[in-house]
Amino acid sequence: MFIDTLLIGISSGAIYSLMALALVLVWRSTRVVNFAQSGQAVFSTYIGYEITVRTHNYWISLPVAIICGALLGSLVDLLFMRPLLRRVKSGPIAELAPVIATLGLLGLLQSLLGLIWGNAFLQYASPLSAKGFTFGSHTIPFSPQNLFIVLASALVLVVFGLIFKYTDLGLALRAASFQPEIAQLAGVRVSRVRNIGWAFAGATGALAGAVITPTSTLSPNSLDLLFVSGFIAAVIGGLDSLVGAVVGGLVLGVGFSFILQYIGSSVTFLVGFIILMVVLLVRPRGIFGHKLGRHA
Amino acid sequence: MRSRRFSARQSALFLSLLGLVLLVASRFVDELRTYQGAQVAVYVIAIASIVLLTGYSGQISLGHGAIMALGGYGAALSFTVWNFPFPLAILFGTFVGTVGGFILGVAAARLSGPYLAGSTLALAVGLPTLADQFHILGGEQGLNFDIGDPPHWVAKLGGANFTQYKWFFWITTIIALFTIWSITNLLHSSFGRNWRAGRNNAVAAGLAGINVPRGKVLAFTVSSALASLAGGLFGLLLGLVTPTAFPLSLSFAIVTGAVLAGVGSLAGSILGGVVLVAIPELSGALATHLGGSQKVTANLPGLLMSSLLILVVLFMPDGVRVRKIK
Amino acid sequence: MSAGLIVKNLSVSYGAVGAVHDLSFEIHPGELVALIGANGAGKSTLLRTLSGLISPSSGEVSWNDYSLLGKKPEELVRLGIVHISEGKAVIPELTVSENLTLGGIWRGDKSDVAAARSETLEIFPALVGRLHQRADSLSGGERQMLAIGRALISRPKLLLLDEPSLGLAPLMIEEIFKAISELRHRLGLTVLLVEQNAVSALRIADRGLILSLGALVTSGTPAELNADPQLRAAYLGI
Repeated sequence: MFIDTLLIGISSGAIYSLMALALVLVWRSTRVVNFAQSGQAVFSTYIGYEITVRTHNYWISLPVAIICGALLGSLVDLLFMRPLLRRVKSGPIAELAPVIATLGLLGLLQSLLGLIWGNAFLQYASPLSAKGFTFGSHTIPFSPQNLFIVLASALVLVVFGLIFKYTDLGLALRAASFQPEIAQLAGVRVSRVRNIGWAFAGATGALAGAVITPTSTLSPNSLDLLFVSGFIAAVIGGLDSLVGAVVGGLVLGVGFSFILQYIGSSVTFLVGFIILMVVLLVRPRGIFGHKLGRHA
Repeated sequence: MRSRRFSARQSALFLSLLGLVLLVASRFVDELRTYQGAQVAVYVIAIASIVLLTGYSGQISLGHGAIMALGGYGAALSFTVWNFPFPLAILFGTFVGTVGGFILGVAAARLSGPYLAGSTLALAVGLPTLADQFHILGGEQGLNFDIGDPPHWVAKLGGANFTQYKWFFWITTIIALFTIWSITNLLHSSFGRNWRAGRNNAVAAGLAGINVPRGKVLAFTVSSALASLAGGLFGLLLGLVTPTAFPLSLSFAIVTGAVLAGVGSLAGSILGGVVLVAIPELSGALATHLGGSQKVTANLPGLLMSSLLILVVLFMPDGVRVRKIK
Repeated sequence: MSAGLIVKNLSVSYGAVGAVHDLSFEIHPGELVALIGANGAGKSTLLRTLSGLISPSSGEVSWNDYSLLGKKPEELVRLGIVHISEGKAVIPELTVSENLTLGGIWRGDKSDVAAARSETLEIFPALVGRLHQRADSLSGGERQMLAIGRALISRPKLLLLDEPSLGLAPLMIEEIFKAISELRHRLGLTVLLVEQNAVSALRIADRGLILSLGALVTSGTPAELNADPQLRAAYLGI
């Protein structure tokens, strides 16, 4: 029972980590919380869905969805965020504007999806079974698809970790997010690097969508709650920290799982809120968050 | 420092006259429009809560829908279970929301920007689910908040054919106008000035002797009072409060309305309220005109609202400024 | 000489106030020119304009006959123009080693980058022991060395130094200035050295420019500048 709950927690935690990671990537490169993340992710997932409908091949749809996510992320940065941040530099709206604008983009993407595909719940087919593994007579609520989710997430996290720590691109990304001006003066093409950050984030969100959706249904709003959880996870871990995103995601996933099991479904988010507030009251920047410098 | 365009007395006079005009005009308007007018009034109060919190005090909340829920549930609970007369019920709901807002505000004062946004977002999703846990809150069915027909003396005042909706319109409009008047005074007082100073430069304000954290908590509390008042009235209009009456999209809608109105502009809240009610209406009409397929009807309002929002934020970051109240 | 840094009628506003007014001067290749002036004289603004961070309102700037206006800082680095800004020239959250690497990531010739890196570590041996420490754990002097070291890995041709002596102890200042002087001779660098510490700056400079309230007051060799008692009193703090 305990193991079951833990396994489910790890599986959902892995997804929250992916979503949180996408948010942290954008936050670090642009200092914006991208509320449109779930919209971008679900859009890419719909593309993946179309591929499975036409080719009946889940494994082809995955890379397509990921590439779509990367492209979409890059486009949103170029065509949407840059003009926005150029125009709105100060005033009461400055902090609020990116929040509202990305919320607007979210609504836009979701309405478009509804207009094109309709709002009915669709099934994104995966060859992996959604039925739990069986050990003898005992079936655990952890399925091959769940296992794939955990493996895919772990792979992404490892890859990102390696990129950030050991490659020039990763160094440039980090430098540009910490001190964009100094990075520029050192020769880093900061806008290009930022765009890559957005592309990575979009790809991550798309992967999250493509691996989790087969376990339930696809609709324009199907990733919304995931986003909220991902956001909470990112905040718990500290918006600046990639490691924090992972830890926050797992903490939240496991926490939710246990609450679901032992208390009941309806209070999960409320407890999530309480976890969040407790963490923030003790460490207002999140567990691994850096102290904010001169600008927020 | 913004000097007042009109004194407190002048605006009281103006708003009273406006109120009178609206109340009389409602006699000649059909039921649907009357109900929508009441909705506008409620949104105006809710949007004003965001204008105060964000425009003046610089704090973001994506969870004011949850605070509205506190007001709605507080009112409905006292009405149904303890038989409060509805004005008292509304007050009770406002009280509950204010207390909740105070608690939240104390925590919020320590948080900034996205951390605050995240916390309020979590609240918005989490709080309404509480209703499912406690039987006294009516679970999925919710609580009744049907205040019935207007009392005789009002019906006489209102003239022939004074329906329940017209009664709703009177209640909400009078309260909305009074609220705007009081909040305008508040915003022009030293409280308002201190909030804006704290928002613009917390360090400088602190050095100037302003207790910024205390101001933030106060702003959050007053803002919650407004939101919960709106929530109670919201429930009144619906005749019912349920967990699904205060979804996340409501929190987003009132922030949207505030942005459209110009986040620092109280007068703009009226415009914001109108827009929030008008867009679903207009897009519904447009959708039917375009052929009325399910896909279009369901998604066109969202498309229009989102596009409008994006355009406003991109091109009119200060919102649509309402220049002068003539 | 046609090459070098040529600034003609440069005006830059910083906010509503004009920070640099109609400034014209030249720096010949291989020269070390000291730009001296009090706080608010417009020195930093000038450097930020030269490195592409700020756009001027009017005027021309060219390096080796190539116009620098409208170019982004990262592009100018590729032309060999490196600006080490005042007070914030290293990224505190990265290690010393990572800061150094940053100087070379835009370059294609990786073997030369490696060579430049080992040369830098020879010039500033104090950095060797601290390679894997975060830059924010370094002292002021070490940070300055790191900043210059990182710049060197870019193989600069024109170095714009903004108050390298700021906040440093006198002994450290001497060391840094000695290093700057040696480097520019060894590597044939052209240097524009902005300083409030006029004495130390003029000691290693070929020429000095004196800036006040955004305009050029006078220029000359250190000997000439030192000889004028009025200048000495007003600007050189002697």
